[in-house]
This record gives sequence, C-alpha cells and structure tokens, in this order.
Amino acid sequence: MSDTGKSSRRHFLSVATAVTGGVGSAFALAPFVVSFKPSARAQALGAPVEIDVSSLQPGEMVRVEWRGKPVWVLHRTEAMIERLPENDGLLRDPNSEQDQQPEYAANGTRSRKGEYLVVVGSCTHLGCAPLARFEVQPADLGSDWHGGFYCPCHGSKFDLAGRVYKGVPAPLNLAVPPYRFVGDNRILVGAEEGVA
Amino acid sequence: MATVESEVRSADSKKSGLMTWIDARFPLTKMMSEHVTDYYASKNLNLWYVFGVLSMLVLVIQLVSGIFLTMNYKPSATDAFASVEYIMRDVSAGWLIRYIHSTGASAFFVVVYLHMFRAMLYGSYKKPRELVWIVGMLIFVALMAEAFMGYLLPWGQMSYWGAQVIVSLFGAIPVVGETLVEWIRGDYSISDITLNRFFALHVIALPLALVMLVAVHILALHEVGSNNPDGIEIKQNKNADGIPVDGVTFWPYHTSKDLVAIIVFLAAFSAVVFFAPEMGGYFLEHANFDPADPLVTPEHIAPVWYFTPFYAILRAVPDKLLGVILMGAAVVLPMFLPWLDRSRVKSIRYRGWMYKTALWVFVVSFIVLGYLGVQPATDLYTLMSRIFTALYFAFFLLMPWYTAIDKTKPVPERVVYHA
Repeated sequence: MSDTGKSSRRHFLSVATAVTGGVGSAFALAPFVVSFKPSARAQALGAPVEIDVSSLQPGEMVRVEWRGKPVWVLHRTEAMIERLPENDGLLRDPNSEQDQQPEYAANGTRSRKGEYLVVVGSCTHLGCAPLARFEVQPADLGSDWHGGFYCPCHGSKFDLAGRVYKGVPAPLNLAVPPYRFVGDNRILVGAEEGVA
Repeated sequence: MATVESEVRSADSKKSGLMTWIDARFPLTKMMSEHVTDYYASKNLNLWYVFGVLSMLVLVIQLVSGIFLTMNYKPSATDAFASVEYIMRDVSAGWLIRYIHSTGASAFFVVVYLHMFRAMLYGSYKKPRELVWIVGMLIFVALMAEAFMGYLLPWGQMSYWGAQVIVSLFGAIPVVGETLVEWIRGDYSISDITLNRFFALHVIALPLALVMLVAVHILALHEVGSNNPDGIEIKQNKNADGIPVDGVTFWPYHTSKDLVAIIVFLAAFSAVVFFAPEMGGYFLEHANFDPADPLVTPEHIAPVWYFTPFYAILRAVPDKLLGVILMGAAVVLPMFLPWLDRSRVKSIRYRGWMYKTALWVFVVSFIVLGYLGVQPATDLYTLMSRIFTALYFAFFLLMPWYTAIDKTKPVPERVVYHA
C-alpha cells in the first residue's frame, strides 16, 4: 500500500506543478491583455473637457471639442425652457425613450440642470453640424418653430432640448454626452461620477 | 529476420537515395501515404465534395495576395486610404493583387457556405465526425473575424462605420460592455490605434490560427475518413487487404476530379476579378471609395453580403442586448448539430420529408435574411426578418424532435451512384 502513498504524492506534485504553471501563464498573459487598453496618449486625448459657463449669458451657446466630437453648451432662457413642452406633439421621441442620453438627462429638458443644455452637435442623420436657430416663428421655418437647431444638409430639425422633429431624415435626438457639474459654474464633459 | 530486412531493403531500393535519406529522418513517405496516396475516400463523391479543396485553394490565394498587399499598405489612419489608392494606381499589377484579395474574401465565404451546406445535406457532422465539424465551425468563426478586421484596413467610410457599428455591439453586454468596447478599440472611437491592431490581427494572428485549425480539421477528417452522399461508413466494408471496397485513393482519383473543379472555379474567379471586382457594390461597397470620416455617417450602413444574414437577425430584435445574443446564437448554434440531429441516417437521400422540408426552410431563411440584411429596415422588412429569424432558429431548436420522428428509408450496404 506504500505504492498508493507514493502515487498520491506524485499526483499532488503534478497537480501543484500544473497549477503553479497555470497561474504563472495567467500572469504572463496580463501585459498583453492590458496593452489592449486605451494608451496613455489615447486617454490624454480623450480626457474630460472642463467648460466655464459663468460668463455664458442666457441665450448664448459655446462649442467645445471632446473626443473629436463637437459638444455644445447652451444657456437656455426661462422662456426657452417654458416653450419646450409645446413641441412634444411635433417630435419623434419627446420623452427621450431612445438610448441617446445618460439616465440623468432622460427628462423634459434633457439635462442635469434645466438652464444648461449639453449635447453633441452632430446631426444624427449623417453627422452634419446643425445651425443654431433660436428665433421663434421665423419666416423660413414656420409658425411651429419655437427655436432650435436646423441642419442645412438635409433639413433635419431639433428643438432646444436637442429632440428631433417628426418627418425629417434624422432618426434620433441629438446625443447627450456624459457630463457633470463641478461647482455651480463649471461643466466637466466626459465624466459622470461624483455628481456635484 | 533476414527476409524482413531484405524486404525492407527492396522497398527502399525503389525509392531514390534522397527519399531514403529523408524518410530516415522525417516521415515524409509515411505522411504522403497516409494523407494522399493511400487515403481512401468513397468512390461516389459528387460535386458537393469539391468545396473543401476549393476553400483550401482560396486560403492559399488569400495568404499569397495578402502578403504582397502588406508590402505596400500602411496601417495608419493618415496613410491607409492613400496607400490603398497607391496600390491601385501606382504599384505594378497592384490593382490585380488587391482585386484578387478582395474577390477572394467573398469567394472564401461562397465556398465555405457551400461546404457547410454539403455537411448538412449528407449528415457529415454526425458521429464519428463531430470534431471535424466543430473544428470546421471554429474555422468559420475565425474566418468571420478575419474578414471583419480586413474590411477596416482600406479605411473607407464603410470600413470605418461598419467597424464602429459592429464593435459597439459588444457594448450591449451588461456591466463590462463599455469597458470591453474600449478594450477592443484601444480608444474612445475607432481610430488609428484600432486600425493598427486590426492590421496585426488580420495579417498575423488570425491567419496563423486559420492555418492551424485547417490542419487540425484535415487531420481529424483523415482519422475518421470522409463521409459520402450515401452517409455509409466505407471503412465497415473492407476487402482482404484491409482496403475499403467502396473507396478509391485521394491521389490520383479524387485529385483529378478536384482539378476540374479548381479550373472551373478559377475561371469564374478570374471573371469576377477582371470584369466585376466590385460586384455591383456587394464585394466592395460604394461608400468605401470615400476616406473614413468620423464626423460624417454614411446614409446607409450595411455589412458585406456574407455577414448580412446575421446582421438581419440582429436588426430584427428591438432590444439591443437580445439582438446581439440572438446574432451570436445564430453563429454558434450550428456547432451543436451533431447532437441536435437525432436521425438514424446521415444522408438526405434516406431521410424523410420532415428533414427535407426543414432544410429547405433553413436555406430559404438564410438567403432571405441575407437579402434583408442589405436592405434599409422598413416596417415590412423588419416583420419579414422577424419571421425568417424565427424559422432559422426553429430549424435548429426543433431538430431533436423532427429528426427523431421523421421516417427514414433503409440505407444500402454499399454506396450507390445516382444524381
């Protein structure tokens, strides 16, 4: 029966060797796996962008670039916000049901704070840059127009919450990027955690 | 003892001195005998049995043309598109080499799909060929990855946006999805970094995996022996010399038949390369003649034709995650055919009406889904893709039931010749 003892010891040693080798191989794999992550340069180029909105007057808009995309920040006036629900019947997705925004922006103003609209300013049709048309009922856009964004390429229309109109080529609302407020007057585009 | 030695010597004397020298150091004659000169396959193999050899031929075409393309191609976002134009315009015969490679990609899927369909016609996946089939399915999955990554390299609009759409599918996976997508791209959108790594995978990692898997596929096949249109195991009927009575050797009998197929195939292949390399936008999509632009989405993003059946399944499902799961399942499910199929017989020749009907339904579903995958998603087309997605899955999921109760005809002892 000493044979059995010997073979079980052998077996143990074999398994232990295999396990050690396996763990070693797994560790050896790690550098190759992590090399696939966004590099330091890619991370730096894709870092969150901070926007100071303290000098942005109601009715004014700034454009910044984040990860190669144009991001708009619009300081909406009281009147602009009040008129938003009037558009609901004209819109394809008035309640932001399509996945075009973070959860905290799936509301009536599509924003964290009603007065600031933060959207990616690229038409969801073919990526053209829509124009800011904030005037109400201009001659060329008709009496339904309560201010919004008009895409000159193929005529897509969005309201002042970036919601797309019915009957235009663009299928989706303008995308809302992840963002958060740092203090009252600074918006960090590209970072969600730590809601201020 | 002495007789054995003299027999060995007389056998050796027929070989050249070089072969004797090699055989003492490497089993060359033994391998040739096992896989070529003394490999017996059924004498009634028909036209369906040429697509394995043709797949190997296309693999070689792709490897050779691919190697020559890398000599002038530059895998960077700023240079890639221009370097492809350079190959097309300035490199001597560069246009020909590129069209051979791009046509070869589509030809690969044509012959592989027909090769897989052959297995379904004659039950080639059934015992004892389960591993041949599973390895074959792994080759298919590797081939899909290879084709997808290769399509990014010209850095045209469809390259870019196709990759954007397909890679973002992984984002549907709960919790780890977004991190996984960033890991695959190495960036926050498809970029120079993504292009560079796809190039590495396309020219080194996946071809290496493909070649090794093909070797395993063939070794496994030669271990169990080729199936035939009757689904009879020819090894069960051997003569006194241990040779299958219904078998003939691969060389020269099957190779000479294969040579005819190769010539016909190359004629058709050349016709496409020279007269219709874009194949009306199905082999090379029109949008890919514009350089990639991250800020402008093409009007209509459609994958290349060989992915469209699976793409149609993805779009048929309103929920993104479920769509991705169903698309993955559509690719993986055939792997389980050896166990889903409960029929006593292998070949369609001896199966009943149920399997025959089901196979037709499957073929029609696959082709219709392929058509729907290139069309814009209208209400009618979405409804149709849902119906045919259901039929596609029904073929596999109901198989254990309908193959078990289906009436089968008796299988003859020996292989037969008929159309």
